Amino acid sequence: MAKVIIALGNDISTDDIYPGRFMATVLPSETPQFAFSDRTEFNARLKAKEFPAGSVIVGGENFGCGSSREQACSTLKGYEVTVVAKSISRIFLQNSINLGLRVVLCPAIEASEGDELEIVGEQVVNTTTGKTFPQVKMPASRQGIMDAGGLIPYTRTLLKARG
Amino acid sequence: MGMTVAEKILARAAGLPSVKAGDVVEPRVDLAMSHENAALVINQFLEVFDGTGLAPTVWDPSRVAIIFDHRVPAESPKTATNQKKIREFTAANDITKFHDIRGDVGGICHQILPEYGYVRPGFVVVGTDSHTTSHGALGAFSFGIGATEMASVWSLGFAVNIEVPETIKVVVTGEFPPFVSAKDLILHVIGTLTAQGANYKVLEFHGETIRRMNTSGRIAICNMSVEAGATSGIVPGDAETVRYLREESGVTDEITCVVPDADARYIRTVEVDVSSLVPQIACPHTVDNVKPISAVAGTKIQQIVIGSCTNGRLDDLAIAADILRGKKVAMGTRMLVFPASGRIFAQAMEKGYVQDFMKAGAVVMNSGCGPCLGVHEGALGDGETALSTTNRNFKGRMGNPKSEVYLCSPAVAAASAITGVITDPRDH
Ligand code: SF4
Repeated sequence: MAKVIIALGNDISTDDIYPGRFMATVLPSETPQFAFSDRTEFNARLKAKEFPAGSVIVGGENFGCGSSREQACSTLKGYEVTVVAKSISRIFLQNSINLGLRVVLCPAIEASEGDELEIVGEQVVNTTTGKTFPQVKMPASRQGIMDAGGLIPYTRTLLKARG
Repeated sequence: MGMTVAEKILARAAGLPSVKAGDVVEPRVDLAMSHENAALVINQFLEVFDGTGLAPTVWDPSRVAIIFDHRVPAESPKTATNQKKIREFTAANDITKFHDIRGDVGGICHQILPEYGYVRPGFVVVGTDSHTTSHGALGAFSFGIGATEMASVWSLGFAVNIEVPETIKVVVTGEFPPFVSAKDLILHVIGTLTAQGANYKVLEFHGETIRRMNTSGRIAICNMSVEAGATSGIVPGDAETVRYLREESGVTDEITCVVPDADARYIRTVEVDVSSLVPQIACPHTVDNVKPISAVAGTKIQQIVIGSCTNGRLDDLAIAADILRGKKVAMGTRMLVFPASGRIFAQAMEKGYVQDFMKAGAVVMNSGCGPCLGVHEGALGDGETALSTTNRNFKGRMGNPKSEVYLCSPAVAAASAITGVITDPRDH
């Protein structure tokens, strides 16, 4: 069971998730402090560690659009949140898989802040409203990287095989 | 079954006779571009090799390009230290396509790559910047990736698990009316497709209007293709591509253009006749919130911005200078101009455009990203509004979430600078 800590609309950009003015900060150990920093209250709650790992950020269509900045993924990975969105922009989705940020594609998801979700098998169940929504399976092409635990270990294996 | 340009390029780069949308390939990379975020790429790159017993080796240093543009000159000790680290890395790894902070060979990455002939038709180009779509203007398949993916490319020389995208064909016909240009066309297309209408897809541009368009205009439309979600925007290489690379980039070796097969499969065709197009404005806070200028004319503007990888080239500056020459920027409005590269800056001085801007009261800034991403120059005050020729108007984009950004063409920006309100250049 995981609680929805914020429910966002469509076209949430990486400028929103991680504003450009913090881009000089690159270390995954340092980026989390700036997550959604222009949403002051939410940022403060994240930093106060109010939310346990596995808590859910719900997004609408085209979550993570805009800049390719990877900080937008590492900043969320730092809190071990799960993103459940109707659709996710290409670069953000790939960055998430590469860094091991958990993302769930769920085109029909309906959930509000405070709802409890259960992400099971190929479904997302909103236990607060009692509704069930199907997940879209990640493309098989990406499964290999996910299974390896991210792109760094995946690439390392390919390198070693090549010698 | 015939192939689109993206399919042909990916098939060649993957060493396959043919591919089709949906296939997963591992294309060899012809050019891998980064800017200051190379600092993060370097970290990830070293981590890839950690514990392997292998020495960290860039697969082919001649295919790596690093251009400082996002925060130049450095706005903070942190950025300066990142830049220093990258500078040392490029020297130690023989990365020669490195453009430091300089007035001669410096500039914005998406201008430097075409200007120095680093991109050719048929190339697979990856860049740690979402506007890497720009290089499709030269007939390449060019897309943005994250820093970790770049570290993987630096290690292996190919991109892993790339799904061949579907392609939308955009056919453009008609003659642009006066003061209407490539920027208005792409804003109109984004407004039509929406911010996610081309997600995971390629926009392939065709039609007589595209054939007549110069490379500068083509860069502007491919640059902004990502604002409709596109993986890449592509103008198939043609006589203009060859002319640009020979005459402006000094390329002397063989150039092979890739064109789609007559029976290539497109998932959709979008047709645009520009002969009735009016100046377009993307309104706050999404790029697809596009309206004809009449809907927002008269809106008060505190800051006008002309420049960026979208509209900071010589022809953009010429249009603006022609409108501003002998006039003054309105009191209460400030105007910032940043040419896309040092070379363009020098050309603009020779032509007198820089002088025209300064006499009108504009501030001409060094080449770089500057106000476009709101890190250290040209931030907006609370409640202020900017009108800009850049490519993004997301909330906070110019450094302040309590401000608004409208996007437009250079002609609209220049005409509005004189009046201090959004102004149709055709009434000017
Ligand atoms: S000018 Fe703006 S859009 Fe272009 S590369 Fe720089 S920050 Fe990105």
